Amino acid sequence: MTATPNSPTGRAPQVGLFVTCLVDMFRPSVGFATVKLLEMAGCRVEVPDTQTCCGQPTYNSGDRRSTAEIARGVIDSFDGYEYVVGPSGSCIGMLHEYPQLFDKTDPYHSRALDLAARAFEITSFLTDVIGADLSLESYSKKVTYHDSCAGLRELGIKKQPRHLLGKVDGVEIEEMEEAETCCGFGGTFCIKYPDISNRMVGNKTKNATATKADVLLGGDLGCLLNMAGKLKREGEKLEVRHVVEVLAGMTDTPAIGQSVEEFNYELAQEA
Amino acid sequence: MEIKTPEFKASSRIALEDVSLQKALGNLRDGFPQKRAAAVARMPEFETLRDQARDLKNHTIEHLDYYLEQFETNVTKHGGQVHWARDGQQAREAILKICQSADAKTVTKGKSMVSEEIALNDYLEENGVQPVETDLGEYILQLREDHPSHIIAPAIHLNLDDVSDIFSKKHGTERTDDPAALMQEAREMLRKQFVGADVGITGANFCVAETGSTIIVTNEGNGDLTQTLPKVHVVITTIDKVVPTLEDMTLYLRLLARSATGQEFTVYNTLSTGPRREEDQDGPDEFHVVLLDNGRSEMVGTDFQDMLRCIRCSACMNHCPVYGSVGGHAYGWVYPGPMGSVLTPKLIGIDKAGHLPNASTFCGTCESVCPVRIPLPKMMRHWREREFEKHLSPTGFRFGLGVWSQFARRPKLYRWLAKLSSLSLKTLSGKKGRLKSLPLKNGWTAWRDLPAPQGGTFMDQWKKEQGNKQHKGGQQ
Repeated sequence: MTATPNSPTGRAPQVGLFVTCLVDMFRPSVGFATVKLLEMAGCRVEVPDTQTCCGQPTYNSGDRRSTAEIARGVIDSFDGYEYVVGPSGSCIGMLHEYPQLFDKTDPYHSRALDLAARAFEITSFLTDVIGADLSLESYSKKVTYHDSCAGLRELGIKKQPRHLLGKVDGVEIEEMEEAETCCGFGGTFCIKYPDISNRMVGNKTKNATATKADVLLGGDLGCLLNMAGKLKREGEKLEVRHVVEVLAGMTDTPAIGQSVEEFNYELAQEA
Repeated sequence: MEIKTPEFKASSRIALEDVSLQKALGNLRDGFPQKRAAAVARMPEFETLRDQARDLKNHTIEHLDYYLEQFETNVTKHGGQVHWARDGQQAREAILKICQSADAKTVTKGKSMVSEEIALNDYLEENGVQPVETDLGEYILQLREDHPSHIIAPAIHLNLDDVSDIFSKKHGTERTDDPAALMQEAREMLRKQFVGADVGITGANFCVAETGSTIIVTNEGNGDLTQTLPKVHVVITTIDKVVPTLEDMTLYLRLLARSATGQEFTVYNTLSTGPRREEDQDGPDEFHVVLLDNGRSEMVGTDFQDMLRCIRCSACMNHCPVYGSVGGHAYGWVYPGPMGSVLTPKLIGIDKAGHLPNASTFCGTCESVCPVRIPLPKMMRHWREREFEKHLSPTGFRFGLGVWSQFARRPKLYRWLAKLSSLSLKTLSGKKGRLKSLPLKNGWTAWRDLPAPQGGTFMDQWKKEQGNKQHKGGQQ
């Protein structure tokens, strides 16, 4: 199952996992699925326990100084890892912003540049960096994929998750209309402008359910919580999961926002 | 125009429930983006042209004084006159003076957002000069005493019904739903005005330094009649519209039409170079260019300099999911959408326009379609930084953010907070897998459920799995 690692050192690439706050707090299984995929790709994974958050809440609220302090912590935490990988285009995209937080004379400026060069979103890492030929468990469902904004437009993530899903036997991808349009999450945006956010996520769930897919997948937990929350409020059955759960064959837990009872009921229906 | 930007939240709520507006916005979302995408697909060199357009604007802005003086020299050489206006008041006064010396009673106007910026129509009317808008959209708005909600399609917020209503009411004609008949009706009304006007006022899409020319691009031809028939032609424009040469201008014309409407080229591209010469068959006797600054020169050398590259194509708003949800009027002043969210705070003050750069998810679609690659989200973030520095953001929000950032800098405390939050939400959700409401009034649960945490944090579970082994990465 282990692929040949594409490491410059010729040994197992050493990866520091950037868990991200939402995965840590809401959906640990996404973290474990990411670890599993990295290990399948021949990487050695460690999880520095000094990591907290990437700093987007302060950065996007105009508090540069606090953001730089948070960034120093992240840079220190991931010092020395060959790669830093996380299950979020948004948080990894933020790591790529760090260099501009520091004056060029600050040693953290060059360290931030170094971190940015090592930091990858999981589907992009598996596809563009490691190029692992993974053999993945089958998953016989029709899925649709939401392209989260930061991953798509900051990191160029579009084909990578679809490429990986293509390796999963049984998966049928049905693209939705406006897959690249923002779901309306936007961090603090959804709290500050809930009515506009609601319209945007409503458009998204309409497009997603129109595909008649069984599962809505994406690569960022913020967007997924938003879309799942809206679908549940609308009484829709469409399940929502992070793409790594499917890739790692770890769909034995309730989907996002789904109760254990509902999950078991769905399983029984399928059986 | 009255500033209503502080009411953004209330205005956007009204807009979201306005059935007729939402219908009109649906047409916009289905129209321009698809047409642009098709035009871009037909032009393999489009991305290269964007790079060139960005670089050339950067060069021009870095040498703005040189190109503006060259422009003035060449306008003068061809018999025209440049009027420098530091602010809206100076621009209005200059234009009124020109109108008065021509003894003007009515002036025809081509579409100009700068004239909206300086509230020119109200000023002229107050001073006894009747402005007549000749762009179809602007004409409809003038009849309705309404304002543009979009920078190139000013009446995009209206539907056919609205036009039928206002035409029959103001023209005293029989109501018709036939677009061609409505068009003909407007044409007949406007033809009289074109012939009778004493002064014609237009904007300019670009000012060409090497020739002293201005150019307007329209799809209706109204601009040509506005600037050719009256004795006096006044161009009201801003200092950031200058480009070095005619050839440079063509680069922007190619990008402008494709980015705006998906056309290969706009239907009418009309250059004005000085007043009528003796050998010319027609044209105005006088040619004036009012060059407005209004704070733009102060943007040079700041975080907002890149905004001066904007060519007002409207691609950013056409693709913006926030604009697409609430329309242009909710933004509360002249320039809506992402470009407005960057420009408006400079023109009316961040204290008044604070909502605009905040009402963005930073989805980045605007930047991805901008023909001159303006980093719009980055500049909206810069405005949020100015707000934060000036303590303009709401106190409660600042406090919460401050507390959170203290936690985020202290891993152990942060672990504890994550654990506590996860546990509380999990407990509150019971066995339901989600929460329908939260203890405090909350923007999230007003419209959607909050999926419950799975239980336990990743960090805790990972630590357990690793059997509390010491893991200090990458330093063996």
